[in-house]
Amino acid sequence: MHVIACMKQVVDLQQIRIKRDTREPVLEGLPVLYGDMDKNALEEAVRIKEKHGAKVTVLSVGSAKLKDTVLEALAMGADEACTVVDPACEGSDTAASARTLVRAIEKIAPYHLILVGEGSADNYSGQIGSRIAEILNIPQITYVRELSIGGNTITAVRDVEAALEVVKAEMPSVVSVTSEINKPRRAPLAQILRASRKPLKSWTLKDLGIDPGAVGSASSAIQVVSNLAPQQERKGVFFEGDVDEAVGKLVDALRKEGALP
Amino acid sequence: MIGRLIVSSETDEGAFELLTKGRELSKQLNLELSAVILGNRDDTKIQSYLEYGAQKTLLVPDSSIGTLDAETYANILHEIAKENGADILLIRSTRLGKETAGRVAQKLQAGCITDAIDLTVKGSDLVVDRYALGGNTISSEIIRTKKKVISVMPRTFEAQPAPVQGIVEKVELNVPPPRVQLVERRKKIGESVNIESAERLICVGKGLSSKEDLAMVNELSALLKAELGCTRALSSDYHWISEDRMVGISGKRCKPKLHVSIGISGQIQHTVGIMSSKLIVAINKDKEAPIFKIADYGIVGDLYQVVPKLTQRIQPLGT
Repeated sequence: MHVIACMKQVVDLQQIRIKRDTREPVLEGLPVLYGDMDKNALEEAVRIKEKHGAKVTVLSVGSAKLKDTVLEALAMGADEACTVVDPACEGSDTAASARTLVRAIEKIAPYHLILVGEGSADNYSGQIGSRIAEILNIPQITYVRELSIGGNTITAVRDVEAALEVVKAEMPSVVSVTSEINKPRRAPLAQILRASRKPLKSWTLKDLGIDPGAVGSASSAIQVVSNLAPQQERKGVFFEGDVDEAVGKLVDALRKEGALP
Repeated sequence: MIGRLIVSSETDEGAFELLTKGRELSKQLNLELSAVILGNRDDTKIQSYLEYGAQKTLLVPDSSIGTLDAETYANILHEIAKENGADILLIRSTRLGKETAGRVAQKLQAGCITDAIDLTVKGSDLVVDRYALGGNTISSEIIRTKKKVISVMPRTFEAQPAPVQGIVEKVELNVPPPRVQLVERRKKIGESVNIESAERLICVGKGLSSKEDLAMVNELSALLKAELGCTRALSSDYHWISEDRMVGISGKRCKPKLHVSIGISGQIQHTVGIMSSKLIVAINKDKEAPIFKIADYGIVGDLYQVVPKLTQRIQPLGT
């Protein structure tokens, strides 16, 4: 069995600063890492390997920094990493990213299960899994919090708002996972050291037979008009020190606002 | 042929929200407004689609939501979009709606934006707002492809009727059988609260050290007539509070008049769900906690001292 975990490298969202005057986010120089739910996808792949025996490949499209980021995935238990690193990918929309991933998936076929997070940490659009499944013409099961495999059939418990659905599909399928599915392991140091000895393939668009003009910002179906922190007009009144006094002042303020029942 | 804006939702209420916004957009963009009904409805229900402005209502009686998988839903919308020349598909961004949006967009070779929080027409462009960078920013985007698929966050627009003379048409579709089989559907355990429409909301986070301490918070929320919400950690990781009270990017998005945040650091994944509150009060012992950046009022202090005092102070006068 071959399980592919698609993981997206994102900037550390906790460290984003917003320029006070323009409300623009500052992204330069931020560390990059894998999103939490992408790690849930990989963790599930590794658990499947441990239970049923499988080869786990981690697949990422991203910047040159990927060669460091994927080490964590390899240390967590992926057997092999495949990366697509090409400056022309910069600014790709979800359709172009899905096409790029599919070309890479076809290169490492046969595959049985393609795991993704329910959404990327940064944009959370949730489109990649659906688009990959459509291009490959295979079933998709999203928002999965429990996954089991018997023979060629996968059974999943999906989380859909007020209900849980138990569903079945045949492999190959695309499965997107929520953070409830598992707790990703922290790779032990020995594994981290060993990770760099695992196979790491790095492809360019040319290697995948993709025309650089067909991806990236020039080809993007989505034009970003602006991307700014929401306007927050908050009062920012803080009370410190003596608790009695602080609480008294707060309650007075809330009464004045008419916020109390 | 005049282009169409087609709305689709698993629920009628969701369709009415989208039709309400759809009326405005279709007028500005010179499109005809249509709605899709999946599954059977009685005539009164079908007529109410006309009351919300659907110039054409397409009935797909064979499909029944609840057993519908995304691929089938996408196949249905794809067939309908092809037959009716749809330029814009507005889908309610429930989990099913959102995953379907990506799939049907791929079929239509359309650009797609999910989880829209606003739609406006500027010139001849439809500008779609959504949260980006984990909720740090709001990205305003235009879809360049002729066909556009947009999934819209539930309750973004308030449904308001504006009746039209519309037509109702039954659609026969030839959609392949689903490849994902539904075995069982069970309701989640919980009290099925609707914290999204609460006037007052108290959210608790990891600053709380044990489940028993919720009693202290509940006392305050009873006095404030507030609903209780929480961060992902308290429901998904600790299981102290049911998931239908989880607030944030993967939980509920609330717009209370008063929001009190207790023991929450204020990571963006959570605060996206409270950003639209009218008044935000934060109680946290860490002066540097990001929650204070979005607070109107804040007390820097130990919640175990502040919350009981607050409860005491808010007690109606004379009691």
